[in-house]
Amino acid sequence: MNEPQDLAALPHAVSTKGLYLDGVSVVFDGFRALNSLSLIVEPGELRAVIGPNGAGKTTMMDCITGKTRPGSGIVRFGDRDLTRMDEASIANLGIGRKFQKPTVFDALTVFENLELALKAPRGPIACLRWVLSGEARSRIEKTMLEIGLTVRAGDLAGLLSHGQRQWLEIGMLLMQDPQLLLVDEPVAGMTDHETEQTAALLVGIAGERSVVVVEHDLEFVKALNSKVTVLHEGSVLSEGSISHVQNDPRVVEVYLGR
Amino acid sequence: MNRRIILLLAVLLLAALPLLNLLPVSNPLHVSDFLVSIIGKWICYAILALALDLAWGYAGILSLGHGAFFALGGYAIGMHLMRLIGPRGAYGHPTLPDFMVFLGYRQLPWFWLGFDWFAFAFAMALIVPGLLALVVGYLAFRSRITGVYLSIITQALTYALMLAFFRNDMGFGGNNGFTDFKELLGMPLANSGTRAILFYASLVSLVLVFLVCARLSVTKYGRVLTAIRDAESRVRFLGYDVTHHKLFVFVLSAMIAGLAGALYVPQVGIINPGEFSPANSIEAVVWVAFGGRGTLVGAVLGAFSVNAIKTWLTSVAPDLWLIVLGCLFIAVPLLLPKGLVGLIRRRKEKP
Amino acid sequence: MFDLALPKLLKAAGRGGILLLGLLLLMAPARAQDFDALVPGLAGTFGEQAEAVERLGSLADPRALPLLQAMSDARLLKLADGSVAIQQGATVPEGASLVRINNRVRVALRGALGRLQLVSPDPAQRLSAADAILRNRSAEDIPILETALARESRPEIRERLELALGGARLASTDAAAKRAGVATLGASSSPEARNLLLAARAANPELSGAIDTAVIAIDKKLQFRQAAETFFQGLSLGSVLLLAALGLAVTFGVMGVINMAHGEFVMLGAYTTVVVQEFCRGIPALQPWSLPLAIPAAFLVTAAIGAAMERGLIRHLYGRPLETLLLTFGVGMVLQQVVRLVFGAQNREVISPAWMMGTMTLPGGVSITQNRAWIILFAIAVLLATLAAIRLTRFGLEMRAVVQNRRIAATMGIRTGRVDAMTFAFGSGIAGLAGVALSQIDNVSPNLGTGYIIDSFMVVVFGGVGSLMGTLIGAFTLGLVNKLLEPYAGVVLAKVLLLVGIMMFIQRRPKGLFALKGRAADQ
Repeated sequence: MNEPQDLAALPHAVSTKGLYLDGVSVVFDGFRALNSLSLIVEPGELRAVIGPNGAGKTTMMDCITGKTRPGSGIVRFGDRDLTRMDEASIANLGIGRKFQKPTVFDALTVFENLELALKAPRGPIACLRWVLSGEARSRIEKTMLEIGLTVRAGDLAGLLSHGQRQWLEIGMLLMQDPQLLLVDEPVAGMTDHETEQTAALLVGIAGERSVVVVEHDLEFVKALNSKVTVLHEGSVLSEGSISHVQNDPRVVEVYLGR
Repeated sequence: MNRRIILLLAVLLLAALPLLNLLPVSNPLHVSDFLVSIIGKWICYAILALALDLAWGYAGILSLGHGAFFALGGYAIGMHLMRLIGPRGAYGHPTLPDFMVFLGYRQLPWFWLGFDWFAFAFAMALIVPGLLALVVGYLAFRSRITGVYLSIITQALTYALMLAFFRNDMGFGGNNGFTDFKELLGMPLANSGTRAILFYASLVSLVLVFLVCARLSVTKYGRVLTAIRDAESRVRFLGYDVTHHKLFVFVLSAMIAGLAGALYVPQVGIINPGEFSPANSIEAVVWVAFGGRGTLVGAVLGAFSVNAIKTWLTSVAPDLWLIVLGCLFIAVPLLLPKGLVGLIRRRKEKP
Repeated sequence: MFDLALPKLLKAAGRGGILLLGLLLLMAPARAQDFDALVPGLAGTFGEQAEAVERLGSLADPRALPLLQAMSDARLLKLADGSVAIQQGATVPEGASLVRINNRVRVALRGALGRLQLVSPDPAQRLSAADAILRNRSAEDIPILETALARESRPEIRERLELALGGARLASTDAAAKRAGVATLGASSSPEARNLLLAARAANPELSGAIDTAVIAIDKKLQFRQAAETFFQGLSLGSVLLLAALGLAVTFGVMGVINMAHGEFVMLGAYTTVVVQEFCRGIPALQPWSLPLAIPAAFLVTAAIGAAMERGLIRHLYGRPLETLLLTFGVGMVLQQVVRLVFGAQNREVISPAWMMGTMTLPGGVSITQNRAWIILFAIAVLLATLAAIRLTRFGLEMRAVVQNRRIAATMGIRTGRVDAMTFAFGSGIAGLAGVALSQIDNVSPNLGTGYIIDSFMVVVFGGVGSLMGTLIGAFTLGLVNKLLEPYAGVVLAKVLLLVGIMMFIQRRPKGLFALKGRAADQ
């Protein structure tokens, strides 16, 4: 935040098409989970967010997706004020989220999970009258191919392995056709091979859409080869390329201690 | 055997009962009046169980106040039946029901207007529970009151309604409720033909409600409900307005319960505030749990089997019935979490 | 007070022809002499009798009461030596004869008896005498009422005497006495005084101003008393709710286990009280201790059942709250029916110890029933004990540890299963304590608990799940609001309104009054 190059990236009255957070603070029981956090993610950008436990990564996601209302500050997506919207409206705006703990619907099949996520009218009546069109079916099948679950289309999601659930959730995110994807620790519990595949998948997704990845795994972040934001105690400690933040003395101090 | 064929046979068997009732008593196939009337009651209970299963089994809304919707439907039809008594009441007043004359009413309260018309009363039997569910559901779901909190609130709702309906100045007959009905749609209720017609109306309603629920459960809406049941907040992050979806199913369910009540009251010939008792609502929950929730067939099966046990036990060992019912509540979650239907399916899977 | 008392005393002194200073010192011996001199007159001519009765009546000597009573009942004997005695049995001894009286004597007797009863050593007799005088108040009673008032120490009797005195003064023809009567009544705070004043208003136009002032003064006091009594009733209901909800605050609030059988645990506590009482009946030494003994007994019985239920049933359903709800409801149903089969469906009688019976009158005329006052104290004591158990004991520490982080607590060597069972037993035991208290004010019947379960949940949810302070505030708030609403809405509607109000409240604060902060704080 104090570095001139970062300040230059924060114009005051912005109307970017991407995600815009400025001065966001959240206090829980006297604990400052977010402390005047500011962050901009451009359309199509892939951004990695790292930071030690309690740095405010998940709370930041909560603020963007409407799960938590910030005490103060601006959270905008394009020209929409996210602090005034509920989770469902934010999701419909084109912001998708993958949780740290994979949550898919165990009682539904892989296909049905993806079908639910597919961008379509969301009201009760629309759902009652919903008929799966050929186009929709082929989109779902394409996504299943991408996440490697085609053979398990008819299986209940509850029967999938941990890694497969992670992938299914990413697939559901893709079905939502979001403008911005928030991905919380996507490779936790994955094998090295799965981790590589996931990195490739996320890199492939970015470009059309903005992607924010929160991750602990530094190898994975390196593989993403993107701009990195380091959070510490609820605000941005450092921002820049992976080599830039790795050499930032403050980051070194926080991560390695004195 | 095909599941559909079994269900069809079951419906045909039920449909045959009033006909067998017409046979002479000496005939071994003769079915007593008692059996026909009690099965007519169970059919209404089964409709109520379907309503509950829709809300609980599919959307995870465990309502402990569905008896209130059932009772409201019953009261709506009861009001119509009271109006039809006309001057045949004990006081012989041309328009006012007996209890109003007794309580010194000069004229019909405004909310009794229109109930002399069957279509209006029948519509109210669906609309009033639906509206109540809309208001309560909106308040509860909007503030994300879920799980046991919602259960307690719905129980408090039916409890509050019970207290309110016990009051004489509510204009619903207080403690005694409505009874001594004479006729419905020009047919005397004491007539066995009328009772057969009511029986068939209930059976047709049961089949229709079952088909509607079954159809609903296989649409994408049904899958959204299942998703809400299992991971409500995840559904929200997918962009579904969970409040609307839950509200829709809750109102639908309340209206079905109202229908069940409307069919029930002309058959049993009485409705009083006891129908609002929280124990009734929770008894309906055990039908669904015992039969197997989230399966529809289980709800119907549960309503019939638990009530069969009840009818039998209350005649042979009335003191034991509440203990057995309590044990059902205990045993089902522990030993039979998927109910009878789950048991049958498991048997089938094991060769 | 002073300007009233002084003329009263002077008057009393003047009537006896004795100086004020000497009054207290000389009254007793003078009375004794007079008494001995007067008694033979009872057997004299009708004229002498009447005179003797009148004077005995004014003497305020308690010995005269049985004599006059016997005379009035035609059981007074005139013995051969001319002295009198009370007839024992139905026979008249040799040489004696029954004293006969005429109507004039009878009238005199009635008045004298009333006055004598006013100074009787038996408070109940004094009270009924004051009531009798109040009913047919006349100016003649003023002096005796003043004397009685000066000697009376019991507040409830003083109140009646003042009322009678005020009424008697109002009935006098002397303007000054009337004015004093208005003042006396105005100083009291009973609806009867108000009625007396209003009745006198038409007959005494010259006093209307003073009467109006006095009526307003009474109205203010009555309002205060009513408010105080409503407040007390609210506190009482609140304490009952607190007792019923405290156990739930532990099992539901702390453990998150929904126990629909909680009301039945309360009921079992009440039945334990019945059983302990019946057990103590056979042992006279234990009899006065039956209620104190019931307290630990009820705690242990319900705690044991709670522990068994947690270990045997609920444990298997952790994380499945809706199933737990059904299961515990079933347990409640079974418990209720078993109790019904064992003890019968009808109400069981619980005898309250003497120190819990009767009413207490606080200054300002506010009367409260003793048992309810005790229950308020008991509820607060149970709350403090619960707090102490959670905050100060090793068990409380382990319990809080398990609640906050079960896994870490387990790795620290805490046996979480045992802690769960003990916590549930603790909450159930508190329900049993509530049952002991409720047995004193409610009908002990198998469905005693059903009436409380919904209310208790409302208290816990309203106060904020997991906060004992919230439960305390919630219980008393709901109790007070309920009792405040009752006069306007009636008992049933008040309850309905309260339920609706709580539902609306949960809209605004889904986590209750004392929510664990966080999101609620930033909103």
